[in-house]
Amino acid sequence: MVTCKDFLRELGEYLDETTDPATRSALEKHITECPNCWVVFDTCKKTIQVYKGMDPQPLPDPVHERLMKALERKAVTLGVKEDCSEAKA
Amino acid sequence: MAGPRIRNEADPVALEEAALVDQARGGDLAAFSELVRRYERRVYRTARHIVQNDEDAEDVLQEAMLKAFEHLDSFQGNSKFYTWLVRIAVNESLMKLRKRKSDRSVSLDESIETDEEPIVREIAVWDDNPEQRYSQTELREILDKAIDSLKPIFRTVFILRDVEELSTEETAEILGLSIAAVKSRLLRARLQLRERLTRTFKRKGDQILGYV
Repeated sequence: MVTCKDFLRELGEYLDETTDPATRSALEKHITECPNCWVVFDTCKKTIQVYKGMDPQPLPDPVHERLMKALERKAVTLGVKEDCSEAKA
Repeated sequence: MAGPRIRNEADPVALEEAALVDQARGGDLAAFSELVRRYERRVYRTARHIVQNDEDAEDVLQEAMLKAFEHLDSFQGNSKFYTWLVRIAVNESLMKLRKRKSDRSVSLDESIETDEEPIVREIAVWDDNPEQRYSQTELREILDKAIDSLKPIFRTVFILRDVEELSTEETAEILGLSIAAVKSRLLRARLQLRERLTRTFKRKGDQILGYV
């Protein structure tokens, strides 16, 4: 029988769907019977989803420009050919 | 010059990327600039989450990209270019943290707390789509603040696995941790974030209940 502590221990694998089928069905049975564990599972799943749904913000223009300038300087010290339009700008 | 070695030759994106890496390795700055444009936002986001300020994140971004450009020869092509790049950025970020403060919590080698049972204190049902109650800016602030409250050893694993969506194996390799340590820290990070977000996202009127 799966206890709440067992469920919590296995929760990571359960969320990632990497548990073996027997363990999975035992954990599924537990959350149909334990409202607290169901809520923990559901809110953990939503936590992951909400982070996955966030696109990275665009880089501030000055940060991008300073990066490209630094690369251009690096290319010069490395003796690299400069055929990058942005590097020439 | 070594030819591109890629894992999935049928994938046009992987083929194109391998070609760009190959050109950059041959000294083509334009090709490398294209790789920079593809990944700079993600590298900056990862660094920003680890070092927790804009200035250090920009330093990390620059250092990582410059090192990648200089040492492209050591990229073997048997992992994804982004995985290789983010490993450099994570190392630079952790060095920043270590330099800034001699904080023991910065060490990723510690086995502290990871063997303990995960802790759950607060339980409440969330709204179906709680994020829709907030603007993108507000939501970003809420999520960033929650991540920033985690210890470095937890937030770094969470960022790589659940934000950057790298595999457990890739995360373990980048951080020099065992698979078991990555899994254990990820679960703790997820539970801590869940706990913090519950205070914001719980369904109105519901009580927060105690737990085990």
